[in-house]
Amino acid sequence: MSVQKKKFTGAKAVLGTAVFAALMTGTALAEPALIYDAAGKNDKSFNEMAWNGAEAYAKETGESYRDFEIQTDAQREQALRRFAQQGSSPIVVPGFTWAEPLTVVAQEFPDTHFAIIDSVVDLPNVRSVLFKEQEGSYLVGALAAMKSESGTIGYVTAFDFPLLQAFGCGYVQGAKAVNPDIEVLQNFIGTDFGAFNDINTAGEVGRSQLERGADVIYAAAGAAGEGALQAAVDAGKYGIGVDSNQNYLFPGNMLTSMVKRVDVAVQNAFNDELNGNWSSGVQTLGLAEGGVGAAMDEYNAELVTDEMMAKIEELSAKINSGEIQVHDYRSDNSCPVS
Amino acid sequence: MSARQPLPNWVTIVLMPALNVLLAFIIGGLAVAMIGENPLDAMWALFYGAFGTGMGWGFTLHYATNFIFTGLAVAVAYHAGMFNIGGEGQAYVAGLGAIVVALWLDQTHWTLVLLGSTAAAMVMGALWAIIPGWLQAKRGSHVVITTIMFNFIASAFMGYMLVQVITAPGANAETRTIAEPGRLPLMSDWFDAFQYSPLNITFFFGILALIFTYVLIWRTKLGYKIRTLGANPEAARYAGISAVAVIIIAMAISGALAGLMAVNEAVGVQKRLVVGYVAGVGFVGIAVAFMGRSHPVGIALAALLFGALYQGGQELAFELPAVPSELVLIIQALVILFTGAMGEMFHPVLERIFAKKIEAAPEEATTSTGEA
Repeated sequence: MSVQKKKFTGAKAVLGTAVFAALMTGTALAEPALIYDAAGKNDKSFNEMAWNGAEAYAKETGESYRDFEIQTDAQREQALRRFAQQGSSPIVVPGFTWAEPLTVVAQEFPDTHFAIIDSVVDLPNVRSVLFKEQEGSYLVGALAAMKSESGTIGYVTAFDFPLLQAFGCGYVQGAKAVNPDIEVLQNFIGTDFGAFNDINTAGEVGRSQLERGADVIYAAAGAAGEGALQAAVDAGKYGIGVDSNQNYLFPGNMLTSMVKRVDVAVQNAFNDELNGNWSSGVQTLGLAEGGVGAAMDEYNAELVTDEMMAKIEELSAKINSGEIQVHDYRSDNSCPVS
Repeated sequence: MSARQPLPNWVTIVLMPALNVLLAFIIGGLAVAMIGENPLDAMWALFYGAFGTGMGWGFTLHYATNFIFTGLAVAVAYHAGMFNIGGEGQAYVAGLGAIVVALWLDQTHWTLVLLGSTAAAMVMGALWAIIPGWLQAKRGSHVVITTIMFNFIASAFMGYMLVQVITAPGANAETRTIAEPGRLPLMSDWFDAFQYSPLNITFFFGILALIFTYVLIWRTKLGYKIRTLGANPEAARYAGISAVAVIIIAMAISGALAGLMAVNEAVGVQKRLVVGYVAGVGFVGIAVAFMGRSHPVGIALAALLFGALYQGGQELAFELPAVPSELVLIIQALVILFTGAMGEMFHPVLERIFAKKIEAAPEEATTSTGEA
């Protein structure tokens, strides 16, 4: 980076096109790049998970990478193009909103590799990574239903769109599998992407579910989720985190976290390029592939009994063998249970 | 010295905001220095990013076009004495009209898409603003409260429309993309210099909107009524001006102007409608209008400044990765703080410099006003 800066300062004297040329030569290292989705790098969830993957790559390989936070939608294409022009490869973009801009830019740079998470872009130089969120949510749903004493559990999510419905639908299916009579409260925090950062409203929504009798709350809402988890903890109830392992946030009150290994997807993409193993096409990471799951660690060990653990292992085995087919909301935009 | 001396127009509209912006940049530079980066490097990256290349200019002018629309929207309502902070919601709902017409006509020709979606965006934006206008005029519900509430309603309504009604198959919360024949031409189709920038034909609508607003407010009967109502509602009533009609018309024009943003951003650039596409531009319009003193010339300059901050900020984050993206927000916030809340800070100083000149040489002062 210091090299880059020197080039930059030097270019000031020359002005004009020289600056551009200097920048190009200054950054012609084929560093991989990661561009976060609208919620930004430090959302303690989806984007932060992607960042963790990039960090793990840097730590294990000693290589460097570039990352970037966008502020407006128009900057998506611009950011992709800037990194592609600078020779970055692969360029990884977490989030389905990237599909459209990536389709445009990936065609302009057929020799650059791109990876998108949570959506499919069908181009020869793009890897699309999908997760079976419904399978991981199924497991945490089962855990919630087993832990619940009131017979009511809650699902707090950002806003109404198919991806988040898939989380909720898997959760309900898992809960009903162990307790057919359980009631699952489902509420949205807001109406657009701002909801992913709206911690206060998430807290209000969580509190309202607690007042209606819920004693376990699954919060799938990016950074905002912490608000709902805090509400559950304040009431002495239990919370379930999402995307990254959030068990450490409130030890003793976090039943588990539905981990979605976005970090693995990012790290794999970076590593595959470095080792010359790049492959494009669709990759689907479910329970069997270790792409999703219920996080168990020292922070929730006391909350999960041996009996619960055995049930989870049984359900996992059945999902992996195909005996249990967890319905994906996105396949028909509906959920068989509610 | 107790009463404020009027300053020459060019001082109020150009010099004072320029001094405020300069101050904002100096303090922003101090923040850069505090995180251990060279402030001059950062400012240069910001400036070069916004104006150094054709692409930079293209992005700057594209953002500026959005801000012109939402800024003018605030200004027109402001002249009628109303504070329309619902530009965000009006532009959002206008996006629905614009995209539905664009998707309907996209197999024909882009001229039809442009005209059709422009008309639809203006109508939808106007409708969304007329309701709070009507509530203010007839029921006395304060327009600040109602417009901001309408932003929330717009967000919920549009979220529903985008997820349940006009969603593209397989997409999460956006419409399908406008087909090739219906896409608005980009400036880069005509001028290579603007390559890779989103600047499109709607930019000219921005210029027309500035001229339209000037003519409307200062050269028409309606504009006179609007200004009279804004300056003194009692006098307006005494003069036989119908407050109800003027409020509703002014809000309709305001909403229609905010709605034009949909043509630039959704139809022209994103070529589809996505959840939350306005992304705060409606609110930045408030700052733009205030910084520009609700005058089209001032608004054009303020919109250009904010466009440059948006684009330059992006480039700054690329060039100096150590500078966090929040820093650009800090600079933007400082600009808003110094031009909005503390906009009159330099008034006493400038008064001392210029007011005497006016007394001493009134002729000269009139000339400089004319030049502005």
